[in-house]
Amino acid sequence: MKAWVDHNLHSLNLATKRMAEGPFAALFSILVIGIALSLPAGLYVALKNIDRLAGGMPTQPEITLFLDIDLSQDKGRQLVQKVEGMPGVAHARFVSRDDGLKHLKDAGLSDLTSGLSANPLPDAIAITPNDSNADNMERLAQQFKLLPGVDHLAMDTDWARRLTALLDFGHNLVWLMTGLLGLALAAITGNTIRLQIYAARDEIEVSRLIGATNRFIRRPFLYFGVLQGLLGGLAGWLIVSGSLHAMTASLDRLALAWSGHLDLLGLGPAEAAIILATSSLLGFLGAFLAVNYSLQRMN
Amino acid sequence: MIELSDVVKRYPGGHEALSGINLTIERGELIFLTGHSGAGKSTLLKLIAAIERPTSGVVTVSGQNLGRIRRSALPYVRRNIGLIFQDHKLLYDRSVHDNVLLPLHIQGMSGHEAGKRVRAALDKVGLLNKERARPITLSGGEQQRLCIARAIVSRPPLLLADEPTANLDEQYARDIMDMFKAFNQVGVTVILTTHDQDLIQRYGGRRIALANGKVAS
Repeated sequence: MKAWVDHNLHSLNLATKRMAEGPFAALFSILVIGIALSLPAGLYVALKNIDRLAGGMPTQPEITLFLDIDLSQDKGRQLVQKVEGMPGVAHARFVSRDDGLKHLKDAGLSDLTSGLSANPLPDAIAITPNDSNADNMERLAQQFKLLPGVDHLAMDTDWARRLTALLDFGHNLVWLMTGLLGLALAAITGNTIRLQIYAARDEIEVSRLIGATNRFIRRPFLYFGVLQGLLGGLAGWLIVSGSLHAMTASLDRLALAWSGHLDLLGLGPAEAAIILATSSLLGFLGAFLAVNYSLQRMN
Repeated sequence: MIELSDVVKRYPGGHEALSGINLTIERGELIFLTGHSGAGKSTLLKLIAAIERPTSGVVTVSGQNLGRIRRSALPYVRRNIGLIFQDHKLLYDRSVHDNVLLPLHIQGMSGHEAGKRVRAALDKVGLLNKERARPITLSGGEQQRLCIARAIVSRPPLLLADEPTANLDEQYARDIMDMFKAFNQVGVTVILTTHDQDLIQRYGGRRIALANGKVAS
Protein backbone atom coordinates (compact mmCIF):
# COMPACT_ATOMS: atom_id res chain seq x y z
CA MET A 1 0.00 0.00 0.00
CA LYS A 2 2.74 2.41 0.97
CA ALA A 3 4.70 1.47 -2.14
CA TRP A 4 1.62 2.15 -4.25
CA VAL A 5 1.15 5.59 -2.73
CA ASP A 6 4.86 6.26 -3.11
CA HIS A 7 4.80 5.33 -6.76
CA ASN A 8 1.77 7.49 -7.41
CA LEU A 9 3.45 10.43 -5.74
CA HIS A 10 6.59 9.73 -7.71
CA SER A 11 4.61 9.54 -10.96
CA LEU A 12 2.90 12.85 -10.23
CA ASN A 13 6.27 14.35 -9.40
CA LEU A 14 7.73 13.02 -12.62
CA ALA A 15 4.79 14.38 -14.61
CA THR A 16 5.21 17.88 -13.16
CA LYS A 17 8.93 17.71 -13.80
CA ARG A 18 8.40 16.73 -17.42
CA MET A 19 5.97 19.58 -17.79
CA ALA A 20 8.41 22.02 -16.22
CA GLU A 21 11.15 20.83 -18.57
CA GLY A 22 9.21 22.12 -21.55
CA PRO A 23 7.31 25.08 -20.14
CA PHE A 24 6.50 26.67 -23.50
CA ALA A 25 5.29 23.47 -25.11
CA ALA A 26 3.19 22.80 -22.01
CA LEU A 27 1.83 26.34 -22.03
CA PHE A 28 0.81 26.09 -25.67
CA SER A 29 -0.89 22.74 -25.18
CA ILE A 30 -2.73 24.09 -22.18
CA LEU A 31 -3.77 27.20 -24.09
CA VAL A 32 -5.02 25.18 -27.06
CA ILE A 33 -7.03 22.95 -24.75
CA GLY A 34 -8.36 26.01 -22.92
CA ILE A 35 -9.50 27.69 -26.13
CA ALA A 36 -11.04 24.48 -27.41
CA LEU A 37 -12.98 24.15 -24.17
CA SER A 38 -13.97 27.82 -24.00
CA LEU A 39 -15.98 27.55 -27.23
CA PRO A 40 -18.68 25.15 -26.03
CA ALA A 41 -18.48 26.57 -22.50
CA GLY A 42 -18.93 30.12 -23.83
CA LEU A 43 -21.85 29.12 -26.03
CA TYR A 44 -23.36 27.34 -23.06
CA VAL A 45 -23.12 30.50 -20.96
CA ALA A 46 -24.66 32.58 -23.74
CA LEU A 47 -27.57 30.15 -23.99
CA LYS A 48 -27.99 30.16 -20.25
CA ASN A 49 -28.38 33.93 -20.28
CA ILE A 50 -30.81 33.92 -23.20
CA ASP A 51 -32.71 31.13 -21.48
CA ARG A 52 -33.09 33.26 -18.41
CA LEU A 53 -34.16 36.34 -20.33
CA ALA A 54 -36.76 34.26 -22.08
CA GLY A 55 -37.49 32.44 -18.85
CA GLY A 56 -40.99 31.69 -17.67
CA MET A 57 -42.48 31.99 -21.12
CA PRO A 58 -45.18 29.46 -21.88
CA THR A 59 -44.02 26.96 -24.38
CA GLN A 60 -47.51 25.53 -24.61
CA PRO A 61 -49.30 27.82 -27.09
CA GLU A 62 -51.98 30.04 -25.63
CA ILE A 63 -54.61 32.30 -27.09
CA THR A 64 -55.27 35.51 -25.18
CA LEU A 65 -58.65 37.24 -25.52
CA PHE A 66 -58.60 40.93 -24.64
CA LEU A 67 -62.06 41.98 -23.50
CA ASP A 68 -63.82 45.27 -24.12
CA ILE A 69 -62.34 47.83 -21.77
CA ASP A 70 -65.73 48.73 -20.31
CA LEU A 71 -66.87 45.14 -19.76
CA SER A 72 -67.46 44.37 -16.06
CA GLN A 73 -65.42 41.70 -14.25
CA ASP A 74 -68.58 39.63 -13.62
CA LYS A 75 -69.38 39.54 -17.29
CA GLY A 76 -65.79 38.64 -17.96
CA ARG A 77 -65.89 35.69 -15.57
CA GLN A 78 -69.10 34.47 -17.14
CA LEU A 79 -67.39 34.59 -20.48
CA VAL A 80 -64.59 32.39 -19.09
CA GLN A 81 -67.11 29.70 -18.21
CA LYS A 82 -68.65 29.92 -21.63
CA VAL A 83 -65.27 29.67 -23.34
CA GLU A 84 -64.24 26.74 -21.21
CA GLY A 85 -67.34 24.87 -22.35
CA MET A 86 -66.50 25.30 -26.01
CA PRO A 87 -65.12 22.28 -27.90
CA GLY A 88 -61.35 22.30 -28.43
CA VAL A 89 -60.61 24.32 -25.28
CA ALA A 90 -58.60 22.58 -22.57
CA HIS A 91 -58.41 25.37 -20.07
CA ALA A 92 -59.40 29.01 -19.74
CA ARG A 93 -58.13 31.43 -17.11
CA PHE A 94 -59.37 34.91 -16.24
CA VAL A 95 -56.62 37.54 -15.99
CA SER A 96 -57.88 40.73 -14.38
CA ARG A 97 -56.48 44.05 -15.56
CA ASP A 98 -54.69 44.47 -12.21
CA ASP A 99 -53.06 41.06 -12.57
CA GLY A 100 -52.04 42.02 -16.07
CA LEU A 101 -50.31 45.15 -14.87
CA LYS A 102 -48.58 43.24 -12.09
CA HIS A 103 -47.39 40.74 -14.66
CA LEU A 104 -45.83 43.50 -16.72
CA LYS A 105 -44.03 44.88 -13.68
CA ASP A 106 -42.71 41.44 -12.79
CA ALA A 107 -41.41 41.00 -16.29
CA GLY A 108 -39.03 43.92 -15.65
CA LEU A 109 -41.00 46.55 -17.48
CA SER A 110 -41.67 48.64 -14.38
CA ASP A 111 -39.90 51.57 -16.03
CA LEU A 112 -42.64 51.52 -18.59
CA THR A 113 -45.58 51.07 -16.23
CA SER A 114 -44.52 53.52 -13.54
CA GLY A 115 -45.10 56.40 -15.89
CA LEU A 116 -48.78 55.53 -16.27
CA SER A 117 -51.42 57.44 -14.38
CA ALA A 118 -54.09 54.74 -14.79
CA ASN A 119 -54.14 51.10 -15.75
CA PRO A 120 -54.68 51.05 -19.51
CA LEU A 121 -55.08 47.29 -19.68
CA PRO A 122 -58.35 45.49 -20.28
CA ASP A 123 -59.31 42.23 -18.56
CA ALA A 124 -58.22 39.18 -20.47
CA ILE A 125 -58.80 35.46 -20.79
CA ALA A 126 -55.87 33.09 -21.31
CA ILE A 127 -56.91 29.97 -23.18
CA THR A 128 -55.02 26.73 -23.58
CA PRO A 129 -56.39 24.76 -26.52
CA ASN A 130 -56.65 20.97 -26.64
CA ASP A 131 -54.72 20.75 -29.83
CA SER A 132 -51.98 23.24 -30.59
CA ASN A 133 -51.64 22.72 -34.32
CA ALA A 134 -51.92 25.88 -36.40
CA ASP A 135 -55.21 25.00 -38.14
CA ASN A 136 -57.00 24.25 -34.92
CA MET A 137 -55.68 27.44 -33.33
CA GLU A 138 -56.88 29.45 -36.31
CA ARG A 139 -60.35 27.84 -36.19
CA LEU A 140 -60.67 28.56 -32.47
CA ALA A 141 -59.51 32.13 -32.95
CA GLN A 142 -62.25 32.71 -35.55
CA GLN A 143 -64.87 31.49 -33.07
CA PHE A 144 -63.52 33.62 -30.19
CA LYS A 145 -63.52 36.74 -32.32
CA LEU A 146 -67.30 36.44 -32.72
CA LEU A 147 -67.95 36.26 -28.97
CA PRO A 148 -69.62 39.35 -27.53
CA GLY A 149 -67.32 41.36 -25.27
CA VAL A 150 -64.10 40.28 -27.01
CA ASP A 151 -62.22 43.28 -28.34
CA HIS A 152 -59.31 41.49 -29.99
CA LEU A 153 -57.18 38.42 -29.51
CA ALA A 154 -53.55 37.47 -29.68
CA MET A 155 -51.75 34.23 -30.35
CA ASP A 156 -48.46 35.45 -29.01
CA THR A 157 -46.86 32.09 -28.54
CA ASP A 158 -45.50 31.49 -31.99
CA TRP A 159 -42.31 33.39 -31.37
CA ALA A 160 -41.90 31.72 -28.00
CA ARG A 161 -42.04 28.39 -29.72
CA ARG A 162 -39.51 29.54 -32.25
CA LEU A 163 -37.22 30.77 -29.50
CA THR A 164 -37.57 27.49 -27.65
CA ALA A 165 -36.75 25.60 -30.80
CA LEU A 166 -33.79 27.88 -31.37
CA LEU A 167 -32.57 27.35 -27.81
CA ASP A 168 -32.95 23.59 -28.25
CA PHE A 169 -30.90 23.86 -31.39
CA GLY A 170 -28.31 25.87 -29.45
CA HIS A 171 -28.14 23.24 -26.74
CA ASN A 172 -27.65 20.56 -29.37
CA LEU A 173 -24.89 22.67 -30.85
CA VAL A 174 -23.21 22.86 -27.43
CA TRP A 175 -23.28 19.07 -27.21
CA LEU A 176 -21.96 18.67 -30.72
CA MET A 177 -19.15 21.14 -30.08
CA THR A 178 -18.35 19.51 -26.76
CA GLY A 179 -18.11 16.16 -28.49
CA LEU A 180 -15.92 17.38 -31.34
CA LEU A 181 -13.66 19.57 -29.25
CA GLY A 182 -13.46 16.86 -26.60
CA LEU A 183 -12.12 14.60 -29.30
CA ALA A 184 -9.65 17.32 -30.26
CA LEU A 185 -8.59 17.64 -26.64
CA ALA A 186 -7.96 13.93 -26.33
CA ALA A 187 -6.01 14.05 -29.59
CA ILE A 188 -3.88 16.99 -28.43
CA THR A 189 -3.07 15.19 -25.20
CA GLY A 190 -2.37 11.98 -27.05
CA ASN A 191 0.05 13.74 -29.34
CA THR A 192 1.93 15.43 -26.49
CA ILE A 193 2.19 12.12 -24.71
CA ARG A 194 3.41 10.39 -27.85
CA LEU A 195 6.27 12.89 -28.11
CA GLN A 196 7.07 12.37 -24.45
CA ILE A 197 7.15 8.63 -24.84
CA TYR A 198 9.49 9.07 -27.75
CA ALA A 199 11.77 11.21 -25.58
CA ALA A 200 11.64 8.66 -22.76
CA ARG A 201 11.99 5.52 -24.87
CA ASP A 202 15.41 4.62 -23.41
CA GLU A 203 14.00 4.75 -19.95
CA ILE A 204 10.97 2.71 -20.99
CA GLU A 205 13.15 0.10 -22.69
CA VAL A 206 15.45 -0.26 -19.68
CA SER A 207 12.55 -0.32 -17.25
CA ARG A 208 10.92 -3.12 -19.20
CA LEU A 209 14.13 -5.12 -19.32
CA ILE A 210 14.45 -4.99 -15.56
CA GLY A 211 10.90 -5.97 -14.84
CA ALA A 212 8.63 -2.94 -15.02
CA THR A 213 4.98 -3.69 -15.73
CA ASN A 214 3.09 -1.68 -18.32
CA ARG A 215 1.10 -0.17 -15.50
CA PHE A 216 4.27 1.12 -13.88
CA ILE A 217 5.45 2.69 -17.14
CA ARG A 218 2.05 4.11 -17.99
CA ARG A 219 1.35 5.86 -14.71
CA PRO A 220 3.53 8.99 -15.02
CA PHE A 221 2.14 9.62 -18.51
CA LEU A 222 -1.41 9.28 -17.28
CA TYR A 223 -0.68 11.80 -14.56
CA PHE A 224 0.75 14.11 -17.19
CA GLY A 225 -2.40 13.77 -19.30
CA VAL A 226 -4.68 14.47 -16.35
CA LEU A 227 -2.55 17.40 -15.21
CA GLN A 228 -2.49 18.93 -18.67
CA GLY A 229 -6.23 18.41 -19.06
CA LEU A 230 -6.90 19.95 -15.67
CA LEU A 231 -4.77 23.00 -16.42
CA GLY A 232 -6.38 23.27 -19.86
CA GLY A 233 -9.81 23.17 -18.21
CA LEU A 234 -8.70 25.88 -15.83
CA ALA A 235 -7.51 27.96 -18.78
CA GLY A 236 -10.87 27.44 -20.53
CA TRP A 237 -12.73 28.51 -17.42
CA LEU A 238 -10.53 31.60 -17.09
CA ILE A 239 -11.09 32.48 -20.76
CA VAL A 240 -14.88 32.25 -20.41
CA SER A 241 -14.98 34.09 -17.07
CA GLY A 242 -12.56 36.73 -18.30
CA SER A 243 -14.53 37.30 -21.49
CA LEU A 244 -17.74 37.63 -19.52
CA HIS A 245 -16.09 40.09 -17.20
CA ALA A 246 -14.79 42.09 -20.13
CA MET A 247 -18.23 42.12 -21.76
CA THR A 248 -20.13 43.10 -18.63
CA ALA A 249 -19.09 46.74 -18.85
CA SER A 250 -20.21 47.17 -22.45
CA LEU A 251 -23.40 45.23 -21.86
CA ASP A 252 -24.16 47.44 -18.88
CA ARG A 253 -23.79 50.51 -21.07
CA LEU A 254 -26.10 48.90 -23.59
CA ALA A 255 -28.66 48.03 -20.96
CA LEU A 256 -28.36 51.53 -19.50
CA ALA A 257 -29.21 53.01 -22.88
CA TRP A 258 -32.47 51.10 -22.67
CA SER A 259 -32.80 52.33 -19.05
CA GLY A 260 -32.62 48.82 -17.69
CA HIS A 261 -30.20 46.59 -15.93
CA LEU A 262 -28.76 43.30 -17.06
CA ASP A 263 -26.98 40.80 -14.85
CA LEU A 264 -24.94 38.25 -16.76
CA LEU A 265 -24.88 34.74 -15.44
CA GLY A 266 -21.38 33.25 -15.34
CA LEU A 267 -20.19 29.70 -14.80
CA GLY A 268 -21.26 28.47 -11.38
CA PRO A 269 -19.04 26.31 -9.17
CA ALA A 270 -20.81 23.14 -10.31
CA GLU A 271 -20.35 24.02 -13.95
CA ALA A 272 -16.71 24.94 -13.39
CA ALA A 273 -16.24 21.59 -11.66
CA ILE A 274 -17.82 19.79 -14.62
CA ILE A 275 -15.47 21.56 -17.05
CA LEU A 276 -12.41 20.66 -14.96
CA ALA A 277 -13.56 17.07 -14.50
CA THR A 278 -14.32 16.65 -18.19
CA SER A 279 -11.02 18.09 -19.34
CA SER A 280 -9.10 15.95 -16.84
CA LEU A 281 -10.97 12.86 -17.95
CA LEU A 282 -10.33 13.58 -21.62
CA GLY A 283 -6.66 14.21 -20.84
CA PHE A 284 -6.52 10.86 -19.09
CA LEU A 285 -8.22 9.15 -22.01
CA GLY A 286 -5.89 10.69 -24.59
CA ALA A 287 -2.85 9.74 -22.54
CA PHE A 288 -4.12 6.22 -21.95
CA LEU A 289 -4.70 5.56 -25.63
CA ALA A 290 -1.37 7.09 -26.66
CA VAL A 291 0.66 5.14 -24.09
CA ASN A 292 -1.03 1.85 -24.85
CA TYR A 293 -0.55 2.36 -28.55
CA SER A 294 3.13 3.23 -28.11
CA LEU A 295 3.82 0.40 -25.68
CA GLN A 296 2.25 -2.07 -28.04
CA ARG A 297 4.40 -0.81 -30.88
CA MET A 298 7.51 -1.11 -28.74
CA ASN A 299 6.87 -4.79 -28.12
CA MET B 1 17.60 -24.10 -12.75
CA ILE B 2 17.77 -23.48 -16.50
CA GLU B 3 16.89 -26.05 -19.10
CA LEU B 4 16.87 -25.73 -22.87
CA SER B 5 15.67 -28.56 -25.05
CA ASP B 6 15.79 -28.56 -28.85
CA VAL B 7 15.79 -24.78 -28.87
CA VAL B 8 15.74 -23.16 -32.29
CA LYS B 9 15.73 -19.41 -32.84
CA ARG B 10 15.14 -18.23 -36.35
CA TYR B 11 14.93 -14.51 -37.10
CA PRO B 12 12.64 -13.02 -39.70
CA GLY B 13 14.53 -13.28 -42.96
CA GLY B 14 15.57 -16.83 -42.30
CA HIS B 15 18.78 -16.38 -40.30
CA GLU B 16 19.01 -19.19 -37.79
CA ALA B 17 20.85 -17.98 -34.71
CA LEU B 18 20.35 -21.14 -32.68
CA SER B 19 19.66 -24.52 -34.18
CA GLY B 20 18.82 -27.22 -31.70
CA ILE B 21 20.35 -26.35 -28.34
CA ASN B 22 20.11 -28.80 -25.45
CA LEU B 23 21.50 -27.49 -22.21
CA THR B 24 21.04 -27.81 -18.46
CA ILE B 25 22.44 -25.29 -15.99
CA GLU B 26 22.25 -26.03 -12.28
CA ARG B 27 21.60 -23.54 -9.53
CA GLY B 28 24.84 -21.88 -8.34
CA GLU B 29 26.90 -22.60 -11.45
CA LEU B 30 29.35 -20.19 -13.03
CA ILE B 31 29.01 -20.48 -16.80
CA PHE B 32 31.19 -19.00 -19.52
CA LEU B 33 29.52 -18.89 -22.91
CA THR B 34 32.13 -18.68 -25.64
CA GLY B 35 32.18 -18.76 -29.40
CA HIS B 36 32.96 -16.53 -32.35
CA SER B 37 30.73 -13.54 -33.01
CA GLY B 38 27.45 -14.65 -34.49
CA ALA B 39 27.67 -18.04 -32.80
CA GLY B 40 24.47 -17.29 -30.88
CA LYS B 41 25.79 -16.34 -27.44
CA SER B 42 23.74 -13.15 -27.11
CA THR B 43 20.66 -14.83 -28.53
CA LEU B 44 20.96 -17.56 -25.91
CA LEU B 45 21.12 -14.97 -23.13
CA LYS B 46 18.11 -13.17 -24.58
CA LEU B 47 16.09 -16.38 -24.57
CA ILE B 48 16.99 -17.08 -20.94
CA ALA B 49 16.04 -13.51 -19.99
CA ALA B 50 12.74 -13.87 -21.91
CA ILE B 51 13.64 -10.89 -24.05
CA GLU B 52 13.03 -13.11 -27.03
CA ARG B 53 11.04 -16.29 -27.49
CA PRO B 54 12.31 -19.47 -29.13
CA THR B 55 11.01 -20.35 -32.59
CA SER B 56 10.69 -23.92 -31.38
CA GLY B 57 11.83 -25.94 -28.40
CA VAL B 58 11.44 -25.22 -24.73
CA VAL B 59 13.28 -22.78 -22.44
CA THR B 60 12.60 -23.39 -18.77
CA VAL B 61 13.89 -21.10 -16.01
CA SER B 62 13.10 -21.95 -12.38
CA GLY B 63 10.39 -24.33 -13.55
CA GLN B 64 8.67 -21.79 -15.80
CA ASN B 65 8.33 -22.45 -19.50
CA LEU B 66 9.25 -19.05 -20.93
CA GLY B 67 7.75 -19.79 -24.33
CA ARG B 68 4.34 -20.29 -22.78
CA ILE B 69 4.32 -17.44 -20.32
CA ARG B 70 1.80 -14.63 -20.67
CA ARG B 71 3.15 -11.26 -21.69
CA SER B 72 1.76 -9.67 -18.54
CA ALA B 73 3.74 -12.15 -16.41
CA LEU B 74 7.07 -11.36 -18.08
CA PRO B 75 8.00 -8.44 -15.80
CA TYR B 76 7.84 -10.75 -12.79
CA VAL B 77 10.13 -13.26 -14.50
CA ARG B 78 12.64 -10.51 -15.29
CA ARG B 79 12.73 -9.35 -11.69
CA ASN B 80 14.48 -12.60 -10.78
CA ILE B 81 17.21 -11.97 -13.31
CA GLY B 82 20.02 -9.45 -13.06
CA LEU B 83 20.89 -8.28 -16.56
CA ILE B 84 24.24 -6.75 -17.45
CA PHE B 85 24.29 -5.34 -20.95
CA GLN B 86 27.25 -4.88 -23.22
CA ASP B 87 26.09 -1.33 -23.92
CA HIS B 88 25.22 -0.79 -20.22
CA LYS B 89 21.79 0.74 -20.98
CA LEU B 90 22.19 3.33 -18.25
CA LEU B 91 19.88 6.29 -17.91
CA TYR B 92 21.97 9.39 -18.40
CA ASP B 93 19.36 11.86 -17.19
CA ARG B 94 19.58 10.72 -13.60
CA SER B 95 22.26 10.17 -10.99
CA VAL B 96 24.23 6.99 -10.33
CA HIS B 97 22.14 6.48 -7.21
CA ASP B 98 18.86 6.79 -9.08
CA ASN B 99 20.00 4.37 -11.79
CA VAL B 100 20.52 1.71 -9.16
CA LEU B 101 17.29 2.65 -7.41
CA LEU B 102 15.19 1.95 -10.53
CA PRO B 103 14.84 -1.86 -10.13
CA LEU B 104 13.83 -1.46 -6.48
CA HIS B 105 11.41 1.26 -7.43
CA ILE B 106 9.89 -0.98 -10.08
CA GLN B 107 9.43 -3.69 -7.47
CA GLY B 108 7.65 -1.26 -5.20
CA MET B 109 10.44 -0.59 -2.75
CA SER B 110 11.21 2.96 -1.73
CA GLY B 111 12.34 5.13 1.13
CA HIS B 112 15.02 4.40 3.66
CA GLU B 113 15.27 0.64 3.05
CA ALA B 114 15.72 1.14 -0.69
CA GLY B 115 18.37 3.80 -0.13
CA LYS B 116 20.28 1.43 2.11
CA ARG B 117 20.25 -1.30 -0.50
CA VAL B 118 21.32 1.07 -3.25
CA ARG B 119 24.32 2.17 -1.21
CA ALA B 120 25.17 -1.43 -0.37
CA ALA B 121 25.15 -2.35 -4.06
CA LEU B 122 27.23 0.70 -5.00
CA ASP B 123 29.65 -0.17 -2.22
CA LYS B 124 30.08 -3.68 -3.61
CA VAL B 125 31.12 -2.37 -7.00
CA GLY B 126 33.22 0.45 -5.51
CA LEU B 127 31.13 3.37 -6.68
CA LEU B 128 29.80 4.61 -3.37
CA ASN B 129 31.79 7.82 -3.67
CA LYS B 130 30.16 8.56 -7.05
CA GLU B 131 26.62 8.22 -5.79
CA ARG B 132 25.58 11.72 -6.86
CA ALA B 133 27.47 11.75 -10.16
CA ARG B 134 25.89 11.44 -13.57
CA PRO B 135 26.71 8.21 -15.43
CA ILE B 136 28.08 10.19 -18.37
CA THR B 137 30.96 11.40 -16.21
CA LEU B 138 32.05 7.84 -15.40
CA SER B 139 34.72 5.89 -17.27
CA GLY B 140 33.83 2.80 -19.31
CA GLY B 141 34.82 0.47 -16.49
CA GLU B 142 32.84 2.48 -13.97
CA GLN B 143 29.77 2.44 -16.20
CA GLN B 144 30.10 -1.34 -16.42
CA ARG B 145 30.26 -1.54 -12.64
CA LEU B 146 27.25 0.73 -12.33
CA CYS B 147 25.37 -1.63 -14.63
CA ILE B 148 26.38 -4.51 -12.34
CA ALA B 149 25.23 -2.60 -9.26
CA ARG B 150 21.83 -2.09 -10.88
CA ALA B 151 21.65 -5.81 -11.72
CA ILE B 152 22.45 -7.01 -8.20
CA VAL B 153 20.58 -4.44 -6.11
CA SER B 154 17.40 -6.50 -6.04
CA ARG B 155 19.45 -9.63 -5.17
CA PRO B 156 18.32 -11.85 -8.05
CA PRO B 157 19.25 -15.55 -8.00
CA LEU B 158 20.45 -15.37 -11.61
CA LEU B 159 22.89 -12.97 -13.26
CA LEU B 160 23.26 -12.75 -17.03
CA ALA B 161 26.13 -10.69 -18.44
CA ASP B 162 26.79 -10.06 -22.11
CA GLU B 163 30.52 -9.47 -22.71
CA PRO B 164 31.05 -7.78 -19.35
CA THR B 165 34.81 -7.51 -19.80
CA ALA B 166 34.92 -6.50 -23.45
CA ASN B 167 36.61 -3.15 -24.11
CA LEU B 168 38.12 -3.08 -20.65
CA ASP B 169 41.80 -3.19 -19.88
CA GLU B 170 43.10 -6.20 -18.00
CA GLN B 171 42.97 -4.75 -14.50
CA TYR B 172 39.39 -3.56 -14.89
CA ALA B 173 38.39 -6.89 -16.42
CA ARG B 174 39.88 -8.73 -13.47
CA ASP B 175 38.05 -6.47 -10.98
CA ILE B 176 34.79 -7.17 -12.69
CA MET B 177 35.42 -10.90 -12.83
CA ASP B 178 36.30 -10.91 -9.12
CA MET B 179 32.91 -9.45 -8.44
CA PHE B 180 31.11 -12.09 -10.47
CA LYS B 181 33.11 -14.78 -8.70
CA ALA B 182 32.11 -13.31 -5.34
CA PHE B 183 28.41 -13.28 -6.28
CA ASN B 184 28.73 -16.85 -7.48
CA GLN B 185 30.31 -17.89 -4.21
CA VAL B 186 27.25 -16.71 -2.27
CA GLY B 187 25.01 -18.90 -4.44
CA VAL B 188 24.07 -16.72 -7.39
CA THR B 189 23.95 -18.49 -10.75
CA VAL B 190 26.13 -16.48 -13.14
CA ILE B 191 26.13 -16.83 -16.90
CA LEU B 192 28.42 -14.62 -18.93
CA THR B 193 29.62 -14.47 -22.48
CA THR B 194 33.26 -13.79 -23.25
CA HIS B 195 36.02 -14.21 -25.79
CA ASP B 196 38.74 -14.16 -23.19
CA GLN B 197 40.23 -17.66 -22.73
CA ASP B 198 42.57 -16.51 -19.93
CA LEU B 199 39.64 -15.44 -17.78
CA ILE B 200 37.99 -18.82 -18.11
CA GLN B 201 41.13 -20.62 -17.07
CA ARG B 202 41.71 -18.27 -14.12
CA TYR B 203 38.17 -18.37 -12.75
CA GLY B 204 37.39 -21.97 -13.49
CA GLY B 205 33.70 -22.18 -14.18
CA ARG B 206 31.97 -24.37 -16.72
CA ARG B 207 32.67 -23.43 -20.30
CA ILE B 208 30.00 -23.84 -22.95
CA ALA B 209 31.24 -23.22 -26.48
CA LEU B 210 28.79 -22.34 -29.21
CA ALA B 211 29.50 -22.67 -32.89
CA ASN B 212 27.04 -21.96 -35.69
CA GLY B 213 24.07 -22.03 -33.37
CA LYS B 214 24.97 -25.36 -31.78
CA VAL B 215 26.73 -26.44 -28.60
CA ALA B 216 30.24 -27.39 -29.74
CA SER B 217 31.62 -28.52 -26.41
